[in-house]
This record gives sequence, structure tokens and C-alpha cells, in this order.
Amino acid sequence: MAHDDNSGKEVAAPVSSAADKYEGPSTGTAVIASDAFTDPGFPPHRERMTDLDPKADKRAERQVFTLFYLSIAGSIFAIASYIGFPIESGATGDLRLSTLTLGVGIALALLGLGLGAVHWSKALMMNEEGIDERHPIRGTEATRDRAVEIFKQANEESGIGRRTVIRNTLIGALVAFPLPAVVLFRGLGPMNVNPVESLSSTMWKKGMRLTLDPSGLPVKAADVTLGSAFHIIPEGINDFHDKLERKAKAAVLLMRLDPKDLNPSPGREGWAYDGIVAYSKICTHVGCPVALYEQQTHHLLCPCHQSTFDVENECKVVFGPAARALPQLPITVDSDGYLVAQSDFNEPVGPSFWERS
Amino acid sequence: MATVALIAIGLIFTGGGYALFSSTATAGTSASSQTTIDEGKKLFAANCASCHGAALQGTAAGPSLIGVGAASVDFQVGTGRMPLAMSGPQAMQKPVQFSPDQVSAMAAYVASLSPGPAIPDASLLDGKGDATNGAELFRINCAMCHNVAGAGGALTEGKFAPPLTGVASVHIYEAMLTGPQNMPVFNNANLTPEDKRDIITYLKYLEANPSPGGYELGSLGPVAEGLFVWIFGLGAIVAVTIWLTAKSN
Amino acid sequence: MTNLLTKDEAPAATTTPTKGSRFTAAASNYIEDRTSISGAVKEFGRKIFPDHWSFMLGEVSLYSFVIIFLTGSFLTFFYQASMATVIYDGSYVPLKGLEMSTAMSSSLHISFDLRGGLLIRQIHHWAALVFVAAIGLHMLRIYFTGAFRKPRELNWVIGFVLFILAMAEGFTGYSLPDDLLSGNGLRIIEGMVQGIPFVGTWISFLVFGGDFPGTAIVGRLYTLHILLLPAIIVALIAMHLVFVIVHKHTQFSGPGKTENNVVGAPILPMFAAKAGGFFFIVFGIIVLMASFFTINPIWNYGPYDPSPVSAGTQPDWYIGFADGALRLMPPGLEVVLFNHTYSFNILIPLVVLGLFILVVLIYPFIEAWITGDKREHHLLDRPRNVPTRTAIGAAGVTFYASLWAAASSDIVATHFQLSIEGVIHTVQATTILGPIAAYLITKRVCIALMKKDREIALHGYESGRIVRLPGGEYIEVHQPVDEYERWKLVNFTDNKPLMIRPNAKGQITGLQKVRVGMSKWFFEDRISPVTTKELEHGDHH
Repeated sequence: MAHDDNSGKEVAAPVSSAADKYEGPSTGTAVIASDAFTDPGFPPHRERMTDLDPKADKRAERQVFTLFYLSIAGSIFAIASYIGFPIESGATGDLRLSTLTLGVGIALALLGLGLGAVHWSKALMMNEEGIDERHPIRGTEATRDRAVEIFKQANEESGIGRRTVIRNTLIGALVAFPLPAVVLFRGLGPMNVNPVESLSSTMWKKGMRLTLDPSGLPVKAADVTLGSAFHIIPEGINDFHDKLERKAKAAVLLMRLDPKDLNPSPGREGWAYDGIVAYSKICTHVGCPVALYEQQTHHLLCPCHQSTFDVENECKVVFGPAARALPQLPITVDSDGYLVAQSDFNEPVGPSFWERS
Repeated sequence: MATVALIAIGLIFTGGGYALFSSTATAGTSASSQTTIDEGKKLFAANCASCHGAALQGTAAGPSLIGVGAASVDFQVGTGRMPLAMSGPQAMQKPVQFSPDQVSAMAAYVASLSPGPAIPDASLLDGKGDATNGAELFRINCAMCHNVAGAGGALTEGKFAPPLTGVASVHIYEAMLTGPQNMPVFNNANLTPEDKRDIITYLKYLEANPSPGGYELGSLGPVAEGLFVWIFGLGAIVAVTIWLTAKSN
Repeated sequence: MTNLLTKDEAPAATTTPTKGSRFTAAASNYIEDRTSISGAVKEFGRKIFPDHWSFMLGEVSLYSFVIIFLTGSFLTFFYQASMATVIYDGSYVPLKGLEMSTAMSSSLHISFDLRGGLLIRQIHHWAALVFVAAIGLHMLRIYFTGAFRKPRELNWVIGFVLFILAMAEGFTGYSLPDDLLSGNGLRIIEGMVQGIPFVGTWISFLVFGGDFPGTAIVGRLYTLHILLLPAIIVALIAMHLVFVIVHKHTQFSGPGKTENNVVGAPILPMFAAKAGGFFFIVFGIIVLMASFFTINPIWNYGPYDPSPVSAGTQPDWYIGFADGALRLMPPGLEVVLFNHTYSFNILIPLVVLGLFILVVLIYPFIEAWITGDKREHHLLDRPRNVPTRTAIGAAGVTFYASLWAAASSDIVATHFQLSIEGVIHTVQATTILGPIAAYLITKRVCIALMKKDREIALHGYESGRIVRLPGGEYIEVHQPVDEYERWKLVNFTDNKPLMIRPNAKGQITGLQKVRVGMSKWFFEDRISPVTTKELEHGDHH
């Protein structure tokens, strides 16, 4: 802490320090009227009830130690309820009671302690206001001169200013040395996988059956009645150890509309089967599952950011932040009447990414 | 408001009058299926036919009821959604207008004209299925609209998926089976009767067992938690800071 | 130095040699001989801290961090950050027999099969929400009172970085249970990262260790959550507090309070008792919240699976503004150019929020440049006395609040029976128009309040007493303010806008013109403080 040499000499008006040797800092555009008011100084000290009345003082003292007693009682109650309210029955009611009583005990212990301490300080401790003087944050001239001197001396003793090659190569080395660490972080992702390829395809392929999420049972076209919505996963996905990664791309929503209501664009007429359409459930915005299907309006809504897609018009966006239609999975039926994929999706599913075109 | 009032007056004159008439009628005769259907026919003609057509064929004001079955009637009328009080984004749940007997009479009448999903058997509604399977199916098929805890959620253009707490098992089952309004149909090939029973089991488990952590704040998730922490948590703490720094008397 | 304490203690020990004081003297001697602690006690023991409720908000942040640290350490003994799948076999019936990650099953174990585990989890989570909220309130206090001015600009920057780190801590923690809610949160992050040009795809690939969700992310977030981020936060908090000691605390202007003193309570005993007690009170309030109110019921959400999602999927409140910004984008903001996809529906929110954060971060330097004020400031501004800054702040708060509101658009829609489309369109409008309106209104309100202050300083309060003068005239008697009250109303700095002046070479640079324009904008509408002459004249009419 720098010893001050000018404190207390300034007046209250915010003029810059005159005692400091260096040129005072800019005051900006502040103007001070010549006839401004001056600081009247501290108002007279007001005594508290506890200062004036010994009874009030005693009462406050009693309140403080009662609060501390309460705190001790709270701690004991918390320990007792830990023992006294077991949760091992598995009933949520028991757990709720245990959480509640334990919590109330701990809260009482804490609040008693806290309120008691604050009440003590407010009502009983000395309450004359203290005053500290401030010193400019900037060190004194002498200190700063000495600091500059030390740096100069260090410069001379090391020669860092003179030996420029040493200095520059040092800087170069310091810049270069963290680079291996950056390279090491390539290992966060597997080496032999290209993320662009992996984002561009799903496990759907020609002839793969559409099965129910989560049971994996295949779905017959006849089962999908008008107004239905089936949550679909690819056949056999449950057998993979990476089923969540596969599901994150391949999840599909299956709906049946009146074929008259569907308006497929040229080339996509064959992607539906008798009014049954399958669309990727993964939002083209940021990837939440879009699964809120309104069977009368034929709208699909994403619950995360409210993007709305129109199933009648190839799931084009009608509201919300998403920009692209949901990708459609071309489907048909196999010889047993089960719904199958005609192929994988014809475009990457899910959120847009840089390499997507 | 005027339409609501008009409809209300209409309902009092027609529905109320029929309720009076029919209750005296059922008191006199023993419950036979044909009389039930006849009674349903009268109730239907007075309360439903103006929108849905005398032969269930539907009109400009209401959809056709051909093939909806008893389950659909029981759900729509039994939860008070029908008769519609006013047109809006979706039919709202209201106090039920008819007695359970009258609801089943109308359901029987509609089912007699054209077969459709029936009111489920009580064995599927006992809530004694597999809660784990029910919970998983609920998350996959229902939670995106109704929220994982069945607290409900928003749909497009002012529609919403209603909260499921306090809804009778039979109505939950019928809703899955018939897909009322914008809810998709979950037929028995999609969710088997056992699956539906499991889902009901899970929902009833949530209802019967209190949340272990304490009050749920509406089970609305982080939004409710955030609001709570700002208003009550920080509110309490700021109140303490004011007390803390105020001068003692 | 080492003798200091012994000298002080010696007379006490000789006059009243009670057992307790002898022990205290011996103990302090023992410690002193080995640590030279008396120097610290001398330096800091009677340091003065000014009293104002808003000065405690920073402490709320610090205390909630300590609570998070304590409860978090407990949780690490039971939580397992692994995504290896297990079959759940704990107490919670509707999840029994389900396949899930070890992270999720250990989180459920903490909640259902460890006595007090759920309580600690809930304290940890509630404290995290309080932590970020308290930092936010603390920053608002600093901003609106001008406490960020020289010499405290760097501490503002440190504090703001702490705010960002707190959000990062929150998000990483939110993701650890690997439940459905947090998994969808990570999915959204993955989608956003993929939208970044050039590097997005690869960053996402590296972060998740391959395809989403992979088996690495929870373990990686755990390292960030309990090692890297807390270490940086602790270091920055230490720096933040050292600066508070070096600068000494600011204070509101008032009689006797000047730029050169600090008026308040000494650390020992008053402030230590208050601040120490306050820690327990904050802790107690958070424990009460955790005992009565469920937070993040992971058992409802179930294990993460990419196919399901819950209605009302939202981040914790402090990430809400970013989620809201995503929701507000209109459809169709995506362009394919030269075989590459530009996802403007993600880039615009990222850039706008980035700029917003940058402006807040460097605001002290911007204001200092505009005002040209290079003095140290230890007296706080009343928000009304700097109308332009207060108005900018109100605009910023409105902007943030709009984004925040957008993140709960679906909940707002269902609870007020509105359509989500209507809510989003309304919030889109308030995000753009709201800040402008807030700026204009706040500035006018500040100026009106300053005029009222002037009125009171000159004529006193309206007493409501009507008096008839001998001439028949009626006047309302004004109650004059005393000199202490008046000083509070008149002690603020008046600033004239900068004038265009040629520099040493006699030129007027473009930069100077900009600066003069900004200065004009900042200071033009202003009310000068009342002077003694005005008061004399005021008394005579």
C-alpha cells in the first residue's frame, strides 16, 4: 500500500488532485459553478434504541442468543430427520418428507445463525460510522520511478533490448510451443471418420422395414389409419451399440392423410404410399425432434423453436426459424404388406451445415 | 359474448328440457338397449344434429360422425367439449352438460348408426399395467405435445394440448383411440390396448405419487423455475439486504 | 512487525490475567510468530465498507458460488460421468428396467436412493440459478450507478467475464444428468455449432467425438464443469476481490461523503458479522427453496433418446436470451452460395448476441471516450443524474428481456390463451421497437426527476398546507429541505458537450467530429445542479 501524500487536502468538489506531481487527468467536459453548494459535512449521529434504553439492549441480546439456540435446534432436527425419515421404501412420499424435513432443519440452522449474527451487528455492535481515506490508485512518483528503474536495469542486465535475435527467436518459440497442444485436440474426434459424409447419410436403405419406436415391430400399411401418427425407427436399429447416434439421424414420423390432400412436386409422386408419408423427425433448424402432428391442419410443430411444417406441401416451412422443408423418406410396401423404405433420404437430414449444398 | 349467451339460452331451453323429460322417462322403464338408443336419438336430435346432421353426415358447421364410434362421443361429450360453446381454435373443456346416462345414450345411438371404436373395457383402465413401458411410450408418443409430466403444451395458431392431470382414465384411453380434434389417432396397431393401459398406469402413477422434490411449480420446466428464482428467491434475498443495511431503530 | 501483537496484548494480559485472555494471547503469539498475520489484521481489520442494500448483491453472487461449490463437491462423490449404458435398477418405479447412461442412473441414484441426495441436488441447482441472477442484478447496479468508471473499468471486464463463465458453468451442469431435457439442449447446441461457416461441422464433430450424441460429451462437460471452469472462476473472483480492496468500495454521494473518503462500517466487527451472517441467510433461503420446490425433475424427463422431446423444452433462465433469439428469426434465412450453406437463421442471432455482449463488455471504455473523463470516480451517480447512460441501460435491458420473453413464447401462449405465432410476432416487434421506446421514455423520466429534484432543492417539499396572505392571496406552504437533504440533491457533476476544436496542427479530424457528436448526444439534454445564488433568489419569491 502506497503511503499517501495528499489525502484529505482535497475539497469535495471533483477537481483533480493538485498535490500529485503528474499532470492531472482530463476532467472531460465537467463544469463546476463558482457558486456551487459545499458539503455540509456529516449529519449528527443518531442513537439507537439499544444505545438509549438498557431494556432494549437486553431484549436485543435475548433475541440474538435465542436465534443462535434456534440454529442449534435446527441442526439437531436435521440430523434427527436424516435418521427418522428413511427413504428406502422407494415411495416418493417418503422421499418428499425426508427432503422437506432435512431441508427445513438445515435452513433453520443456517437462518438462525445468519439472522442472529446480523441482528447482533445491527442492534448491539458499535455503530459510529468509520471513515477511511482514499489514495489515488496510481502509485507515487517515487515508486513509479523506482519501477521504471528496475525494468531498465533488467533490460540492461539481460540485454533483451540489445540482443534482438535472441528476443525475436524467443517470441517465435513462445508462439510456436502451444501449437502441438492444439494439434493434439484433433484426437477429440475419431481419425478415420469424415463428419461431412457421416452427416450426409442415415442407416435407411432400400427395402428396410419401418418399425415402431421403441419396440422395433414392423408396421403394415393397412395399420396406418387416417389421422394416425407413428413414431418410426429403422428395422434392426436396436441391435446396434451405437443406436442413439443412428436414431439421431434416422428417426421418422409416419402419417396418413387423404391422398387428395397431398401435393407432391414432380418426381416425388411415388414417395408416398396411398396417402402414407414418412418425414424425418429431426428439425432442419437445430435438430430437435419435430413430432407435434396436428391431424386436422396437417401441420408439424417443433416444440423447441416453434418451426411449423406443412405436411400437405412436402413439409415446407410455414412458420418459425427453420429454413428448409423436412426431408421425406420415400416409402412403399413389401410383398407382405409391410411398409419399407425405397432408399435412404435424398438429402442430409437435420440442421444445415457448411459443407451441405 | 352474445353468441355465448344465445347458445346458453338455447341449451337451457332444449337440453335442459330434454334432461327433465328423459330423467322421468328412464325412471319409469327398465334399462333396455333399444330405449337407451331411442333416448340417445332424441338427445342427439336436440343437441348435436344441427351441426353434425340428423344422419351423422356432417354439415358446414360440424364434421361427419360416421365411424367415430361410442368412444369418441363419450370423450367429446363426457369431458364437456361438446356441445361446442363457441367457435375458437379448438373445443374447450367445460362442465359436462349431460348426466353419465345421457352421455352413454348418445354414444350408443351414434354407435348404432355406424360402428366405430367402442368405450374401453374397465380392465384396461385399472392403472395396474407396466409404468416403465407406459412412461417410455408416453415420452415417445405424447410428451412432445402434452409435456413429459402431462402438464400440457402449445400447438399452432392458439391451439394447445391440454394438461392430463385429473383426466379420467377412460377419457385418456378414448382420446388415444379416436384422436379428438388435432390429436393424432393412436390405433391398436400403433399402441396396443396393453400399451394404452401402461400409459394410463404411468399417468395415474404421476397423479397418485407426489413429486419427491416438493411442489412442482406446474411441471412447466425451466421457465417456471427461472421466474420463481427471480421473483421469490431473489425477492427474498433483496428484502434481506434492505433489512441488513437499514439502520437499526 | 512480529512484536506488534505482543506489545498490544501485553498490558491486557497483565491487568486482567483471566484464563481465556491468556489462551488467546498465547495462541495469537504462536500464529504471529509463524505467519506475521498482524500485518494483515492491521491493514484490513478496520477497513471501511459503506452500507447500502445494493452493495450486497455482489456478495450474494459470491455466497451462492460458495454454496454451489460445497454442494457440488458432495455430488461428485456419487455422480458418474459416463455414457456407458446400464439397466436402471433404482427406486423410481416408472424408470425401472429401462436402459440409460450411467450418468443418468447415478443422477437418479443421488435423487432416490441417497438420503439427502435430492436435497443437495436441488440446493445445487437452485443456487446455480440464484448465482447467475445475482451476478446479473449486481451488474445492473454497477452499470446504473456508474461504478464501472475509472479506476474500475478492468474490474467490470473481469466481472462480466465471470458472468459469461457462470452461464457456461450452468449450461455444462444442466447437461450432466443426460436426461431428455439436457440431451435436447445439447442437440440444439450441436445444430447451432454446425451452422457456423467453415469450421462448424468439424467443431461439432470434435466436441461430440464423432456423431451426435456419441459417448464422450458428458465426460468432457464434466471436466469443464468441475475442473476447468471452476478453476478459472475462482482465480477471477480472487482478482475481482483484490481489485475491490485496492480501489476501496464506491459510495453514494451524501453529506460528508467525498471522492476522498469511504464512510461506513469497519470490517471487524460490524461488517464481518453482517456479511458473515448474510452468507448463512442466503444459504438458508436457498435451502428453503430446495426443500419445498422441485427443480429439474429428471425422473420425469427420462433418459436421453434422440426421438422424444417434451413440450416446454427450454434452457435454464440464463441461456433463455440465446434460445429466444433463435426463436425470433423469421423463416427462410438460409442461402446456398458456391456449394456452401449459410444458415443466417443461426448466424444472425450469434452475431447480434456476440455484438451485444461485446458492447456490454467494453461499455466503460466507450463512455470514457465519449465523455473524455479520465478522473477517478468513487462517488456513485444517481441513475437520474446521467439520463443518457440510464436510458441506454434501459434500452439494453428491454432488448435482453425481449429475447428472454421469446424463449418462453409457448408457455406464454398457453397460459394467456394466445397463439404462439402472435406471441412471436409481438416479441419480434418489441425486440426492435422496445429498446427505442425504453430509451426515449427513460431519458425523459430521468430529466423529469432531475427537474423535480431542482424544484425540491429550491422550494422544498409541498406541505399541502394552504395559507391566505393578508392581501387575500392563497399560497401553498413549502417545507424547505435541510442542508443535508439538499446536498444529496445538488451534489452531482454537470457536463457541457464537447466543442469542436482544431488539434495542434490546426485540423479537425473526422474522429473528432464523431466524438463531438457523441458527446453532444450524451450531454445535450441536461439539468444543472442548483447553486447557492439560485437558492437565494428562490427564497425571495
